[in-house]
Amino acid sequence: MKVKVFVTPKETVLDPQGAAVREAMQHLGFTAARDVRIGRYLEIELADNGDVAAQETKLRELCRDLLSNPVIEDYRLEMPNDKS
Amino acid sequence: MKFAVVQFPGSNCDQDCLAALRGIDGIEADYVWHKETSLGEADAIVLPGGFSYGDYLRCGAIARFSPIMRAVIEAARAGKMVIGICNGFQILCEAGLLPGALVRNRSLHFVCASVNTRVETTDSPFLQGTTVGEILQIPIAHGEGCYFADETTLRELNERQQVLLRYCDAKGKITLAANPNGSVENIAGICNRERNVFGLMPHPDRACETRLGSRDGVKIFQSMLHSLGAIEAAA
Repeated sequence: MKVKVFVTPKETVLDPQGAAVREAMQHLGFTAARDVRIGRYLEIELADNGDVAAQETKLRELCRDLLSNPVIEDYRLEMPNDKS
Repeated sequence: MKFAVVQFPGSNCDQDCLAALRGIDGIEADYVWHKETSLGEADAIVLPGGFSYGDYLRCGAIARFSPIMRAVIEAARAGKMVIGICNGFQILCEAGLLPGALVRNRSLHFVCASVNTRVETTDSPFLQGTTVGEILQIPIAHGEGCYFADETTLRELNERQQVLLRYCDAKGKITLAANPNGSVENIAGICNRERNVFGLMPHPDRACETRLGSRDGVKIFQSMLHSLGAIEAAA
């Protein structure tokens, strides 16, 4: 069972890495790239026999405390059953 | 006065800190390994620079969960002096002992340079031996030293005079050109509301020898020494 976590810089935080990549894209002729934001993607493999609801609660806690820094980042947690 | 210098895996300024501190009369300093749970008899705590846990995930993000950090947080809450230098500053922010965060330098470059910082207030145990407007010349060496805080936090930092040092030019002017990393409002170092926790990107530990170009770092450690004397005299 695989959980996915997407961590992205908040809108209000400058992302100089994203800006550098956007510039490179424009140099390569892709002028449509108006803004690029670089985040982090984590895949977490879970044991199959766990209590999913409890795991999700704990994972949200971990997303907030460890995997992202709420001062500068947002996160999105995708559980395997999510249809989205 | 006893200093504890915390060593995390990947700390690399622990020896600089120990040598700088031991070179000051009246200061004793020893290492504390991050897996320890007690800071012993330490009067003050140093979180040194480096790349704790390889800067994995985010700078300081994993170190903040090291066993010793529980003792550091307790000591900070009890009013002990805690100073975080460079990676130590990042760890203090990640641990929530200081507001805001340190992100990638705006230039994307790792910057290693001697910079000027201006004393904004002497109202803290870390700079009480200096004067407002005094310029401290201290080196920096970091890739993620761009201080960020949201508007509300920033307003509060200014209102409560928690900004202790700002990057400035040789004349003490706060200019864009003197800002080495894109930090908001040229912030180089801040303290908490209680004023006993100090985080800064510049390395006072590398500015304690005339031969190394500056002895301005000594002023910070000596301020701490004198503050402790004052605290103890008052008790």
